[in-house]
Amino acid sequence: MNADSFIWWDWVDRHLGEIRTATYEHLRLTVIAVGLGFVLSLALALLSLRWRAARAIVTGLAGLLYTIPSLALFAVLVTITGFSTLTAEIGLVGYTLLILVRNIIEGIEGVPAAVREAAEGMGLNPLRRLVAVDLRLATPAIVAGLRIATVTTVGLVTVTGLIGMGGYGSFIDEGLKRSFSTEIVVGAGLSVVMAMALDSVLVGIQRVLTPWQRSSRHRTNLGYELPKPIA
Amino acid sequence: MVPALRLVAVSKRFPGARTDAVADLSLDMPEGTVTALVGPSGCGKTTTLRMINRLVEPTSGSIDLFGTDIRQLDVHELRRRTGYVIQQAGLFPHRTVAANIATVPQLLGWDKQRVRERVDQLVGLVGLDPELLGRYPAELSGGQQQRVGVARALAADPPLLLMDEPYSAVDPIVRAHLQDELLDLQRRVRKTIVLVTHDIDEALKLADQIAVLNIGGVLEQFATPDELLRAPASPFVEQFLGRERALRRLALQPVGTGPIGPVPEVVEGLPTVTTGAPLREALDAIVAWGVEQVVVVGDDGSPVGGLDLLTITERIGNAPSRRDTA
Ligand SMILES: Nc1ncnc2c1ncn2[C@@H]1O[C@H](COP(=O)(O)OP(=O)(O)OP(=O)(O)O)[C@@H](O)[C@H]1O
Ligand SMILES: [Mg+2]
Repeated sequence: MNADSFIWWDWVDRHLGEIRTATYEHLRLTVIAVGLGFVLSLALALLSLRWRAARAIVTGLAGLLYTIPSLALFAVLVTITGFSTLTAEIGLVGYTLLILVRNIIEGIEGVPAAVREAAEGMGLNPLRRLVAVDLRLATPAIVAGLRIATVTTVGLVTVTGLIGMGGYGSFIDEGLKRSFSTEIVVGAGLSVVMAMALDSVLVGIQRVLTPWQRSSRHRTNLGYELPKPIA
Repeated sequence: MVPALRLVAVSKRFPGARTDAVADLSLDMPEGTVTALVGPSGCGKTTTLRMINRLVEPTSGSIDLFGTDIRQLDVHELRRRTGYVIQQAGLFPHRTVAANIATVPQLLGWDKQRVRERVDQLVGLVGLDPELLGRYPAELSGGQQQRVGVARALAADPPLLLMDEPYSAVDPIVRAHLQDELLDLQRRVRKTIVLVTHDIDEALKLADQIAVLNIGGVLEQFATPDELLRAPASPFVEQFLGRERALRRLALQPVGTGPIGPVPEVVEGLPTVTTGAPLREALDAIVAWGVEQVVVVGDDGSPVGGLDLLTITERIGNAPSRRDTA
């Protein structure tokens, strides 16, 4: 094994346990951030669709938040909430809001007026219209937002690692401090792999959720399945 | 008898608008009839329709459905009992054809078997290929989508059907075909239908009575197609109806529905028309053949009478109004 080697597989071998723990931490921070971000964004988007004034405020603030450099944001947050998961999540969730809110709003507004009119005219109540029509048809836009938010968050979690929140960032942090390239490569590389993996999962979910966007050539026209009632 | 649908002095002014969209509109629509709402763009046709299923609330006036003020009904209940066919079909893109048609029955909680039977039945009723049931709306032609829209509106067998320019998005040939199918369907299911269109010929062809609206939602005339063509109530209606009103009245009246003359003494060499053909066809034959009269034949082809120019003219009641030539 050469001391100048870019990556020491030897090191990787000896630190598999740590890598596993970091992967878990990284994934956990990401999933919680995107999950919370989605729930919050959904609420904010619905609020914005309801009241014009709310929309300007919500998108304005989310946009502002998005422009703050991540390292600066985390540094400031640490002075308030300390070195905690809370600190990390506040920042991470904050960065997902702009993309998610915007995509949810765009998705719902993209539902054709005739479709909405039909839903209302056929006696679907407001909740059913939202869940069974608006959100369903907004799925491609929403998933597109989730993909960007997820990939971004995976990257940002490496930054929270630099301020001691665990995850792949801690490898990069250590590698930089010790000028040890193996750790940097492992941290950065695994982060990219996780981003791509989660992205594929979301693509898969979208395919399952939006069968009407698939070509009919692969479906048989013999017989049909009545789906669940529109609810 | 209580009409299926009664509008009493219904007005609508949208917030911020300086004029009414619909003004003091009163209409009675008997059960089992087709009523057409016609008029230029922006005259309040869609608004009127949307007030009937309460997508829009009138500013004043009331609407009764089979004698009950619709405000006393639960709004979702009312809509589920009122078929609604909107412009461009408005199908749910994310639901298959079968699922689209099944929407209201499923909302009403029908069991699976019953929904399925109903879907299969409707497919036949509106002339849809059963193979299409598993497809999504984007995979259908415009005409097929319209049929699905009608099937969906009819699914829970509502007594009232509201149709907003259902055939405006399809080409003239498909439109004529769909119109014929609607007439055929109506003969079988006898719904009370309110049909919005700005195509006067569609209204004349499909409706039992026609309400002509002017800008501002002002009712100009409410009459049967024949009455409308015979005696337009205002220059506006006259202009809206267009030219050749006498010919179009002849087109509306089947030969067999009024008096005809005796069978001509010599029938050889004379053109024939069936009792089911419109009077216009008889006139066309007279003009084309340069003869005095045509022979009217029954379904079996045997002569039952004759029609000459005078009889035809009398059938539509005197000469057209003098205004036409003025
Ligand atoms: N939701 C609304 N808010 C405000 N004004 C409206 C609304 N809906 C319709 N209007 C106005 O009411 C008038 C009548 O509109 P409506 O849609 O009933 O016309 P229409 O007869 O159906 O016309 P078209 O043939 O073009 O469909 C128009 O001036 C329109 O701008
Ligand atoms: Mg309209």
